[in-house]
Amino acid sequence: MATVVGDADEAVAGIPDGSTVLIGGFGTAGQPIELIYALIRSGVKDLTVVNNNAGNGRAGLAALLANGQVRKIICSFPRQADSYVFDELYRAGKVELELVPQGNLAERMRAAGAGIGAFFSPTGVGTPLAEGKELRTIDGRDYVLEYPITGDVALIKALRADTLGNLVYRKTARNFGPVMATAAKITIVQVSKIVEPGGIDPEVVITPGIFVDRIVKIAGVSPLAETGAAG
Amino acid sequence: MTIQLSFDRTRPLSRDDLARLVAADIPPGSYLNLGIGQPTRIADFLDPDSGVILHTENGMLGVGPQAYGDDIDPDLINAGKVPVTETPGAAYFHHADSFAMMRGGHLDVCVLGAFQVSFDGDLANWHTGAPDAIPAVGGAMDLAIGAKEVFVLMSLFSKDGSPKLVSKCTYPLTGLGCVSRVYTDYGVFLLTDHGVVARETYGISRDDLAERLGITFWDT
Repeated sequence: MATVVGDADEAVAGIPDGSTVLIGGFGTAGQPIELIYALIRSGVKDLTVVNNNAGNGRAGLAALLANGQVRKIICSFPRQADSYVFDELYRAGKVELELVPQGNLAERMRAAGAGIGAFFSPTGVGTPLAEGKELRTIDGRDYVLEYPITGDVALIKALRADTLGNLVYRKTARNFGPVMATAAKITIVQVSKIVEPGGIDPEVVITPGIFVDRIVKIAGVSPLAETGAAG
Repeated sequence: MTIQLSFDRTRPLSRDDLARLVAADIPPGSYLNLGIGQPTRIADFLDPDSGVILHTENGMLGVGPQAYGDDIDPDLINAGKVPVTETPGAAYFHHADSFAMMRGGHLDVCVLGAFQVSFDGDLANWHTGAPDAIPAVGGAMDLAIGAKEVFVLMSLFSKDGSPKLVSKCTYPLTGLGCVSRVYTDYGVFLLTDHGVVARETYGISRDDLAERLGITFWDT
């Protein structure tokens, strides 16, 4: 059952050291930046972070990395023009990297959320990223065995929630949010608006509230976030 | 497929002309994904009446032109994290659905950049293998094996003059036997079951090109 909490600090309270944290966003689109700052303030450490990237500039995920709270990052695209925080930590051997093709990253979390024990993916066959993994030929095509990625916690950003945790997102800020929401034991969502049940058309709900545990409204989100989304 | 454009065959193609040439070869009505970098330029040369619908792996079909000024919306970006616009009929979806579109064989064409392509269609475009390089794969491996047709857009020769269309890739692979066509400044190559066909060349004769690549082209 979803709970509406008062602020971001309350939302991330109680996350133990050593947790695997799924963090939504593609670059900065959909990155739950206020929840990440709350995670930084909480001082939790030794985290494994799952995100598409490894931080941009010095804000958000990059700040979490810079603060030394991340032991390992599982992502598809760490190296970017502004990934200098990660680059430095990685080269200094201070953060471990598991590189996963983007579609396998999404599907491994989808599998976790859907109770699938493992799956055979055609992505990565014959490449260094499939080394050491079980291969199988099915109907004449080669596949590699991939295991789920389950989060202890997911931190995601949506546009609006109702108090039951039903979510709608905004444009390409949706990205990993709906998949991560299913794949973690505790899913924590920041939104710019919370409405009463019935305030979101059931036909346009993207993440049903069953996947959501904590909801926090973040004030002062750009006015853009108030417009343009269905529902 | 017909070539709808004609270019000066006595010179290598400029980057814009190369993008123009690929754009003209995208079948009308295709669902198309354009890789980060040079392939993104192809969008600028697509015929608006072609009905081609652009897919971006971060969860959108119907990607419109790059956004500028007041049209920039931080929630609306493409895979290269460039602000874009939406076209009428656009759709948003989450990452697992986006990659199901590739792996599930729903995406008609993708155009990717490359470090190397082998004569039998192996692709290397994610990692130089240099010991100090930080690898990043993004959606390249999923696209390479997922799209029905994978076109590569690249310069034919690297800065040191060595060919990037090779008998065997020396860089780490992105996908096996996945590339069907290679568009380069010096020529367009079809990678068929019979061998490599040089569909046309620019600024070099077919024979000279075959010699530089160390290949015997398969003649249609």
